[in-house]
Amino acid sequence: MVFWGNLLNWVIWVPIVAAFVLLLIPEQRTRFQGWAVLAVTLVEFFLSTALLRAFPRAGYAFTLDLSWIPPLGAGYRIGVDGLSVLLIVLTTLLTFLGAVYSREVIRKHVRTYWIALLLLEGLLIGVFAARDLLLFFLFWEAMLLPMFLLIGIWGHERRLYAAFKFFLYTMAGSVFLLAGVLYLGLKAGTFDLDALRGVAQNLPLHVQTLLFLGFMIAFAIKVPVVPFHTWLPDAHVEAPTVGSVLLAGVLLKMGTYGMLRFAIPFFPSVAVRQASLWMALGVAGILYGAWMSWVQKDMKRLIAYSSVAHMGFILLGMFSFTVYGLSGGMLQMLNHGISTGALFFSVGMLYERRHSRLMEAFGGVAREMPVFATILGIVAMSSLGLPGLNGFVGEFLSLLGAFQRSHLLGALGVAGVIFAAVYLLHMLRQVLFLTPHQPREPLMDLNPREFFVFLPLLILIFWIGVYPRPFLRVLDAPVAEIQRVIRPHLSTSLQTRVQEPQHTPEVYP
Amino acid sequence: MMQWALLAIGAPFTAFALIGAFPWIRRTGKGAAGLSIAAISLSLVSALFLLTRYLQHPEPQTLSYVFAPFSTVSPITFGILVDGLAVAMLVVVTVVAWVVQVYSLGYMSEESPSSLGRYYAYHSLFVTSMIGLVLSHNLLQTYVFWELVGACSYLLIGFWFYKPEAARAALKAFWVTRLGDVGFAIGVVLLWAAAGTFTFEGLFSAVEHGTLGGQLLTLGVLGLFVGAMGKSAQFPLHIWLPDAMEGPTPVSALIHAATMVAAGVFLMIRIHPLLAATPEVAFWVLQIGAFTAFLAATMALVERDVKRILAFSTISQLGYMMAAAGAGAHVAAFFHLFTHAFFKALLFLAAGSLIHAMHTNDIFRMGNLWKHMRWTGLYFLVGGLALSGVPPTAGFFSKDEILVGVWQTGEPLAIFFLFATVFLTAFYMFRAFFVVFFGDREAEGHPHESPGVMVGPMGILAILALVAGFFGHGLEGLLSHTLGVSEAAGETAHVPGSLPWIGSLLGLAGIALAYLGYQARTLDTRAVYTRFHPVATVLERRYFVDDLFLALYRYVYNLLSDFLGWFDRYVVDGVVNFLTWGTWQVARAVRTVQSGQVQDTLYAVVLGFLFLAYLAMRF
Repeated sequence: MVFWGNLLNWVIWVPIVAAFVLLLIPEQRTRFQGWAVLAVTLVEFFLSTALLRAFPRAGYAFTLDLSWIPPLGAGYRIGVDGLSVLLIVLTTLLTFLGAVYSREVIRKHVRTYWIALLLLEGLLIGVFAARDLLLFFLFWEAMLLPMFLLIGIWGHERRLYAAFKFFLYTMAGSVFLLAGVLYLGLKAGTFDLDALRGVAQNLPLHVQTLLFLGFMIAFAIKVPVVPFHTWLPDAHVEAPTVGSVLLAGVLLKMGTYGMLRFAIPFFPSVAVRQASLWMALGVAGILYGAWMSWVQKDMKRLIAYSSVAHMGFILLGMFSFTVYGLSGGMLQMLNHGISTGALFFSVGMLYERRHSRLMEAFGGVAREMPVFATILGIVAMSSLGLPGLNGFVGEFLSLLGAFQRSHLLGALGVAGVIFAAVYLLHMLRQVLFLTPHQPREPLMDLNPREFFVFLPLLILIFWIGVYPRPFLRVLDAPVAEIQRVIRPHLSTSLQTRVQEPQHTPEVYP
Repeated sequence: MMQWALLAIGAPFTAFALIGAFPWIRRTGKGAAGLSIAAISLSLVSALFLLTRYLQHPEPQTLSYVFAPFSTVSPITFGILVDGLAVAMLVVVTVVAWVVQVYSLGYMSEESPSSLGRYYAYHSLFVTSMIGLVLSHNLLQTYVFWELVGACSYLLIGFWFYKPEAARAALKAFWVTRLGDVGFAIGVVLLWAAAGTFTFEGLFSAVEHGTLGGQLLTLGVLGLFVGAMGKSAQFPLHIWLPDAMEGPTPVSALIHAATMVAAGVFLMIRIHPLLAATPEVAFWVLQIGAFTAFLAATMALVERDVKRILAFSTISQLGYMMAAAGAGAHVAAFFHLFTHAFFKALLFLAAGSLIHAMHTNDIFRMGNLWKHMRWTGLYFLVGGLALSGVPPTAGFFSKDEILVGVWQTGEPLAIFFLFATVFLTAFYMFRAFFVVFFGDREAEGHPHESPGVMVGPMGILAILALVAGFFGHGLEGLLSHTLGVSEAAGETAHVPGSLPWIGSLLGLAGIALAYLGYQARTLDTRAVYTRFHPVATVLERRYFVDDLFLALYRYVYNLLSDFLGWFDRYVVDGVVNFLTWGTWQVARAVRTVQSGQVQDTLYAVVLGFLFLAYLAMRF
């Protein structure tokens, strides 16, 4: 009864079960499959928003703790806090939009495609919902398979190379994670997160450092943190559109999510010790990613590298351990999913029309596709952090947090903002503006289906940009939780700085 | 009172949102224009209402709204501040925006309806952002709207995006101003990190109580100034403004002459207590302003494009304002901002009328237009006189106050630059005037006066350009609460009384020289040009500053990028591929052991057995 009554449990298993049910539908009935998947993902989206509505202000909600492998101490433990819920809703939204988009795009092995998509959705939600380290690891690894299939089967020319690279690179990182998970779990006799936390913090410092690094390497590859990023452009370029959307929109967040949920709370003293290192790596990602984007001629590669830059902001904000930085970093996780998801959808739509991802193949698109041009313009502006749109809020809060810790790193991060303007506006000019050299056959503007894909993302872009209050409120408790864990390990001078700048009373109420 | 401020910003925003959200409104073209103009009219009315209310009760008022709440640290608030400075600036913005939007009905009449709708949508968004900037009560909000006006400027410069020059100019404007904005953002955050607040009031009181000071304050204010340099086109970040003339002319009048480019000066006036606390930054504000004023004026001497002449003139006049702000003459700086907005917008609109009639920007392809375009000529003359500082036009009073203010600092270089620029300004302005409206050459095509919808609104600006100088006293009263009157009252003693006369004489001399060179032809300008050819080349190439930026971009930034691209592909990824390859090789080597031959397996079993036996015997 406990098992059946838990909403979160439904959210995790509905898509996975649906994937297996899909096997019962005959292969050729693709139209029916499409509608069915659409229905499932829509229901799934509403279920997940129900999570958001029933969500309490502190602690974990929708928890479930069942015994699973008693000898190991592994349990089926799930539950969500504000951060998880937002990421889960992001996952279900992007999957639903992906399903809307894919219905008329995917032509081969349609049923297999739907199965992979649904499995991916369920497993991703599992990653964000797991409250048990072994369970988390299981979801974390299992998620690789459907993604591997998405890239390897429905990808572009070099899809096998990219799929294997993606798979092996992240697997290589996971080895360290697995070692850490097993060591901790066997040491503690349980894989329960709360219990592990106490055990982990009492280990000798050098052991903690090793374990922390083990966790962080796995997560850093996923984020990806420079210099572990080279799998990302290859994977993005070869992945089908929806694969890219979910890869950038959700998969990358597993890395930063893992840091916040496991690496930092387990080993806070090491995390504090190494904060400057990881902030510096964040800044390196911001500058390096932005610079690399500029060199690209392929739009998907460009956006892939821009992801490296944006994830750098998240890292920078998170490891400042300030309220502003943590809130900004978490919000940026959501924002990046929205903006980059929309960017990949845009490139996908262009690709379908002209079968090229190269910027030089386009030009003057704004005349032929005015609606699309407006949307791409807004999305690009949101990605480069224009105030009034979502990207600004997350980035700016991250930078505020970074400034409280280090003026130099903060200032370098700000410089990264201008680079974003350089490459994104360059892309807009190449693609939307100018006039193509030789006449090409004109492009059709968005059809209603494609417009519908953008609509929710646009609403979120404006909503978070203008009225971020509800989102910040949901993130309040997770931020406070990290702060609570971290604070005892900060040096006293840092404590005051991290908690609050010297406070002069506000003159205005 | 606050509801009027909210109406002023809310009306254009509503217009923008409606045009943006409902494509059918945009496609009506004229409908969108009407909506936008109705909205700006509402803003104008509420601005005037605010002005009268504020004159009666000069009490600053604020409204705050929590943008980003946090449970344990102080929230980030946005808000509205209505004080004398804000109200005066609000009036400038709404008046010019109203005139420009009505004028655009005529100027943009050849656009397709949907394109016209897009034009007015951008205009409404711009006005919203500009008013948001003016009414902002904290630095973060200023930054937010600062970026938004920049984005609108980008969209409007690139309005004819299919023209490669326009697309390029839009990009250049956005990049260069963003370069300045990096400084701005760093400045905002540094001041926040030091004082714990974004609000002007909080920052000022922190400076007053000494909790904010030292290096952080200096760096922070310097950062803000770098932002202002980008926005207000101060050397060396001035390079975007002449190119920005690729946008439609009314846009140049509104954004790139009267309002947005003045935002940098406005910011410097707004943060005057911070500037006063950092004399070393103020010194540079003065010097860079004065230098820019001179530099831009020299570049205007050889320009042939009528809009570019005005663009250089704008840079130059912004330099005056900057210098005044640096010299501590804040009222003078704002006064000049105020008058300049009217007469420069007027000049741009008159130039637009010329371009509309002639379909060219080149002054040497126009000529003898006075008899065809009487009104335009008259307006151009009024604007030119005001710009040259001829009494009793508006420019005379405001420029004079700046000269007085800078004289008091006793900086010889800055004083020289500003006085020399008075002469240069009058010369280049009347060079254009004589060449376009008189001259011996007959204009090509069929010159004709522009329609009433364009000429009419210009009349309002012309009147303001003539009489705005007499508002000086009222303006001082309006600003006294915000800026204090200390500088105006006391120290005028050691300023020679002849200063205003020197200024206007220099201006008249410039006009006279232009007359001799381009009208009476007693001076052979062509001979002068040939004689000083190298100098002219330097001026025409704009002192090679653009080329320098281009070279940096092309040979440093791009080459470095290409190197990084190579590095990423062959080194960072190379290591990954090498490790994979290594693993593969090891696997291949080990694989040969598994040959599948029975005897090999047998050997292995025997060897293994012997090894185990050996181990068993040892222990």
